[in-house]
This record gives sequence, C-alpha cells and structure tokens, in this order.
Amino acid sequence: MHLDHSHHGPAAVSADAHRPDGTRRALRIGLGGPVGSGKTATVAALCRQLRDELSLAVVTNDIYTREDAEFLLREAVLPPERITAVETGACPHTAIRDDISANLEAVEDLEETVGPLDLILVESGGDNLTATFSKGLVDAQIFVIDVAGGDDIPRKGGPGVTTADLLIVNKTDLAPYVGSDLARMAADAKAQRAELPVILQSLRGDSGVTEVAAWVRERLTAWTS
Amino acid sequence: MTHAALLVLADGRFPAGGHAHSGGAEAAVKAGRISCAADLEDFCRGRLHTAGLVAGALAAAAALGLDPRELDAAADARTPSPALRLAARRLGRQLLRAARASWPCPELDGIARSFPKGAHQPVVLGLAARAAGLGPAEAAYCALYESVSGPATATVRLLSLDPFDATGVLARLAPELDAVARTAVDAAGRAAAEGLQALPAASGPLLEIMAEAHASWPARLFAS
Ligand SMILES: Nc1nc2c(ncn2[C@@H]2O[C@H](COP(=O)(O)OP(=O)(O)O)[C@@H](O)[C@H]2O)c(=O)[nH]1
Ligand SMILES: [Mg+2]
Repeated sequence: MHLDHSHHGPAAVSADAHRPDGTRRALRIGLGGPVGSGKTATVAALCRQLRDELSLAVVTNDIYTREDAEFLLREAVLPPERITAVETGACPHTAIRDDISANLEAVEDLEETVGPLDLILVESGGDNLTATFSKGLVDAQIFVIDVAGGDDIPRKGGPGVTTADLLIVNKTDLAPYVGSDLARMAADAKAQRAELPVILQSLRGDSGVTEVAAWVRERLTAWTS
Repeated sequence: MTHAALLVLADGRFPAGGHAHSGGAEAAVKAGRISCAADLEDFCRGRLHTAGLVAGALAAAAALGLDPRELDAAADARTPSPALRLAARRLGRQLLRAARASWPCPELDGIARSFPKGAHQPVVLGLAARAAGLGPAEAAYCALYESVSGPATATVRLLSLDPFDATGVLARLAPELDAVARTAVDAAGRAAAEGLQALPAASGPLLEIMAEAHASWPARLFAS
C-alpha cells in the first residue's frame, strides 16, 4: 500500500517511515523537558559531534521568540537552511503532541529543501513534566532535566521522566553548588524507568555530549537496518 | 449527508494548526484595542462581518464544487497583506493534511498535488467539508465560527481573560453568525451561477495592516 504514492500525491500523514521512492526517511528524535534544562545546548553539541558523519537538520519550537533557532545559528552549528523555527501559540506541548501539523510541515520542508537527511532533531519549547512528543511526529524522544531543577524530579516521575526513550540528567557539574545528590537522582530514575536508559552528563565537562551521541548513533543504526 | 462530521471538523482540537494563530488578536491586544471581554466582542464582530464573511463565502463556494484554483485566486485578491496570505496558505496546507487523514478521497489528493505550498485555508475548509459529506452551509458555519473562536481562545491566553467571559462573547455572537452564514451561502450560490465576482470582498483594513506589523515582531506568542 505504501509502495507508490504517485497516484495519490504526497502522503497525507507522515508517520509513514518510507519516502515515496521506498527508502527510509530521516530518523526524527524529539528533545523535551523543562525550560533551561539544556535542550538547546544538547542539540548544539549533538550537531557539532554528528554533522561530519550525518546529514542533519533541526526544528525548534520556541515559546515566544526565535531565540533557540537564533542561538543555533549564532553558534553556527549547522547552515541556516538546516534550522527551522515553528511557532506554537503559547502552547508548546500542543505543537508536539495534540496538533503536530506545523512540526510535520517543518520536517517535510527540511527533507525537501536540504534532504535527503539522516536525522532531524526536534526541540520542544520548554514545558512542564507532562509534555511528551506524539509518535506521529518523532520516532524516539529524549527528556532533558538538570540537577539544578531539584534532585527530587526523577522520583516525582511524570510521563517525560518515566517513558522517554532516553532520560538525560544534565549539568552534573553544578551538583555540588546546588546540593543535588547525583546517586539518588540516578537511583530514582532507574526505579521509575526500569530498563530504559539514563545518562548523567555535563556539557561543561570533557566528555560533554559523547554518550548521548553514541545513543543517537545506535538508534540510527537500528532505524536504517 | 451527515451532520456529526461538522462537529469533528469544527472541533477546536481538530489538528489543523489553528491553535498557533490569534486571528489578529495578539496585535490588537498589544495596541490596546482589546483589554476586556467587551473589546473582544467588538473585535470579533468586526472580524465576523469582514474576514469572516469572505472566508465563509469561499468555504461555501468550495463545498459547492467551484474551481479551487479560481477560488484560491479570489482569496488572494481579497487578502492584501502578504503575511496573511502566507498564514492562510500554511494553515490551508495543515488543514489539508488533517482532512486527508480524516476523510481520504481522490479530490483532496488532487488538491495536495495542485497546491504543494498550500491553498487558502477557507478554500481547503470547503473542500474538507465536501469530503466529509457536508454541504455549503456547514462549510460556511465552520469558517465563520473559526473566524471568531480563534481570537477568543487567543485572548484568554494573552490577557488571562476569564474563559467564561470569552465563551459568553461567542454565545452572544451566535445569532449574528447565523445571519452572516446565510449571506455567505447566498453569495456562494450566486457565484456558482454568475461567477466569482459575486463573492463578498469585505475587508478590515486594520486587520491587514496590523498583520504586517505583527509578522515583523521579534517576539510573539502567535504565528498570526
Ligand atoms: N553548568 C552547566 N550549564 C549548562 C549545561 N548545559 C546547558 N547549560 C546552560 O544552561 C542554560 C540553559 O540551557 P539551554 O540549552 O538554553 O536550555 P533549554 O531551555 O532546555 O534549551 C544555558 O545558559 C546553558 O549554557 C551544563 O551541562 N552545565
Ligand atoms: Mg531551548
């Protein structure tokens, strides 16, 4: 049924994992989590690590400005035509979960203008702990929290912390200053998430985003195989 | 003919991108023209009789089966602001995606092929209504209701306006909306018989001017 769309025009919805020519479309990974936890910084670091080996693009969902997109542009992590900002009408979670149409337009436009792409990162506008991405928009999601937001967040759980394909506990370098107990955060996260992976990282440290980049590469290998 | 499909199409949660647009309310709030429920009512009434009427007639005409290309050109001619044209085409493309998923049919597939960058939203709305088994009156109602419910919802977010007051505004406008819907459907019927010049060309100049300014703001909550 998906073999030939040519009689029907472009696909109506794009959860479809294949392009019209039968090849697999870009893997889409969503990054969600509270404001300031380090989503944009993680996206920027991932772009720097992966851009030489993969064809990449980014969609940002800012709440009321284009700051995330502009940060990525200023940092020159990707050429400008590979970064698109989606406006979300004061409701960032709506745009990634309940009405994903603007984000789907953005990823499809990127595929069309700079594709073929291997990977598209979709950053959500910072939101609360219940915000998750629709499966119609992304193939996997990363939830980013930080040690400064309170070390009880993993224990409190919520859909992001509990169900995301990867949980990042960011800014571990700040733990001593804010009195966060990293071992406790790791143990609580493990209890909430069972077998789902958790990565504690500091983007200020030497290894930076390396572990997360390795996870992304694994997902990509699974996607294309 | 089904009536229940109208509820699906007119539902504010129908995933067609409307939630990110304020129908000019964000610009009007910033300019101080909307600061309470009474202002919102005036704003919505103005929109209903101008942009709303035009959208309603276009949607009804598309639901009647008039040529979508010509209707899209007629919508362009009635939308001076380039920013509003762009927003209408984006929303049209988003609506087409949701409509094709909801009521798949060759006619909507054809529209996707002919308008890769999207057709004006009211035209797509009429075609979606047609695909859903609805008639021109339902299409007009849908377009007219969206023309006022969008600003009302946005104002609740922008001003923290009491949501009961905002809903009261919509309820009070309902009889007027009935009357405008009749005008829109009549115009669409005449357009079918006499040509598209019979479609209304009412315009709210301030909506168009403010839309241009709004599109250039560096920080805003809504896309239009
Ligand atoms: N100390 C420290 N600061 C970080 C780290 N990651 C991000 N930041 C800073 O945290 C702030 C918010 O990061 P940002 O990526 O914009 O957060 P977002 O709102 O989730 O996108 C910025 O000032 C970043 O430079 C980290 O690992 N350690
Ligand atoms: Mg950010």
